[in-house]
Amino acid sequence: MTSHVKIRLASERVNHSVPTNRELPRFYTPGEVVTGMEDFMRGHGTYASDDCLKASVAGVMQKVNKLICVRPLKNRYVGEIGDVVVGRVLEVQQRRWKVETNSRLDSVLQLSSVNLPGGELRRRSAEDEQMMRKHLQEGDLISAEVQSVFSDGSLSLHTRSLKYGKLSQGILMKVFPSLIKRRKNHFHNLPCGISVIIGNNGYIWISPPEQNNLVEEEKDEIVNVEVQCISRSDRETMARVRNCIAALVASKMLLDDTSIMFAYEESLKYDNVKELLDPEAMLDVAFLTQHRINNVLEE
Amino acid sequence: MAGLLLSPTEKVFIVHGVQDDHRSDGRTNIDYRPMELETNVVSHATGSSRLRLANTDILVGVKTEIDVPTPEKPDLGKIEFYVDCSANAAPQFEGRGGEQLAIGIAKLMQAAYHSSDAFDLKQLCIFEGKQCWKIYVDILILECGGNLCDAVSMAVKAALFNTKLPSVKAALMDGGNIDLQLSDDPYDAKSLDIGTAPLLVTLCKIGDKCVVDPSAEEESCSVISVVVGVTGNPSSYSTEENVSDSAKESKFTTIEMVGSGSVAPKTLKDAMNQGMVAAKLLDKALGEALLRERQETQVKTKKHSYGFLR
Repeated sequence: MTSHVKIRLASERVNHSVPTNRELPRFYTPGEVVTGMEDFMRGHGTYASDDCLKASVAGVMQKVNKLICVRPLKNRYVGEIGDVVVGRVLEVQQRRWKVETNSRLDSVLQLSSVNLPGGELRRRSAEDEQMMRKHLQEGDLISAEVQSVFSDGSLSLHTRSLKYGKLSQGILMKVFPSLIKRRKNHFHNLPCGISVIIGNNGYIWISPPEQNNLVEEEKDEIVNVEVQCISRSDRETMARVRNCIAALVASKMLLDDTSIMFAYEESLKYDNVKELLDPEAMLDVAFLTQHRINNVLEE
Repeated sequence: MAGLLLSPTEKVFIVHGVQDDHRSDGRTNIDYRPMELETNVVSHATGSSRLRLANTDILVGVKTEIDVPTPEKPDLGKIEFYVDCSANAAPQFEGRGGEQLAIGIAKLMQAAYHSSDAFDLKQLCIFEGKQCWKIYVDILILECGGNLCDAVSMAVKAALFNTKLPSVKAALMDGGNIDLQLSDDPYDAKSLDIGTAPLLVTLCKIGDKCVVDPSAEEESCSVISVVVGVTGNPSSYSTEENVSDSAKESKFTTIEMVGSGSVAPKTLKDAMNQGMVAAKLLDKALGEALLRERQETQVKTKKHSYGFLR
């Protein structure tokens, strides 16, 4: 049985880095000389001074022909059309919602780019405008897709599909967007019976499986689903998935359904979910997961 | 404490979890998140510590000064708390934004340390009625991830444990004035007796139950929390065994409600019992960690400071 309180000393700090078999790229710090000026082009994350290109952010260098960029490790989400994002409604405005999506500027969800209750497409009337807060209010979490990117980099979202929309009960995790692996599908029903939305913006939504059946039909039914109690076993599995993701993030490993599932399976040797909060257990899970990923890659 | 937006359904999930004694990260209602502690991190302070509890980051520096005791209490020293919320912790702390919160925490600490059962101010007396030590405890909140009070009180206790007052070599009486000569030798110093120093435990009322160590999300689900200050057990902080039984017994030194809600008498009683249990566990773990660190410092002659690199 683990104790209720654990205090470790700074000297006992766990190094979360996990060895990989790939060669690690060179890491640049701000102000460091990347290259000389001669026929190179200055890209994002660099600046020119004293006839040299220097890094303006901490990250790794990327070279496309003559263009040199430094990609930061920690950054805000830079949206691309078609990305799946998880966001939180901040404000209800005229015909649109302001949504926080971990990008530099708040995103916009237009009233015209949501599916209104009732199904079929129709013109948005003045009543719809007045009912906007009934549909989504401040604080609500939504999953959405990036419809377009404005010239200032802010995003316009849409939820015009049954898989997008308001999220009900679950856990939201915030990780670095650079750790999310881009996949064809970001909605996963894990074999352990939990559904996960891995938003490209670094927001991960963990929810019990019933939530996917939530089709906007009868308003009463939806309210019912929203306050239903989640069973203890589902709750434990969700907490375990959450702690596994935290372990992978601490070791800076890429997140997708495979790595999360591998981590989940490796974590099963710890009976108690809260043991996974311990840095040693986190490192162990991340290490075993990396090992399995390496094995899969070799085959 | 910082405003955080949550959707109603997320709140339902958290409340049900607390009811079930199984929180979002698998902890039960009396579990703390893992903490990391280091003392002696600020070289120019008399004592210092840094405590990191999940995402809450607290840096405490202790400075000492010679002062004149108040006429009503000529044999007592002084201790003062000052809290500063860094704007790095939360955007709303910028400017004077964090002032209310800072004053609140400082007052709580002052109240918790006020009792002579909690912290004996007599040990700060140098020359009765004339001179005493005044301890300034500066608390810097660097990051805010919920449960500030508990983290602050633990960091303060660790910093006071680390504090060493220089011994007085000679005192020159010159009329009514006293001129003190302090020892220059850094090893010729006495540690403070902080075994009974209180720890604060925040009990966040969520639904009908209370949880310790709430995360920022859990804090925004509760309308009221009870903060109790409980004295420590000196036997956890020294290797010697001669501690009187009355000192070993934990006592409440302050009880405060934070928030706009109300608590039923039964819930309050349960919360206080839970707080007492949690405080004992915390105190024991803190004592063990501090003694372990002291032992480590003695083994290695030159201690390498880890500080903020992670």
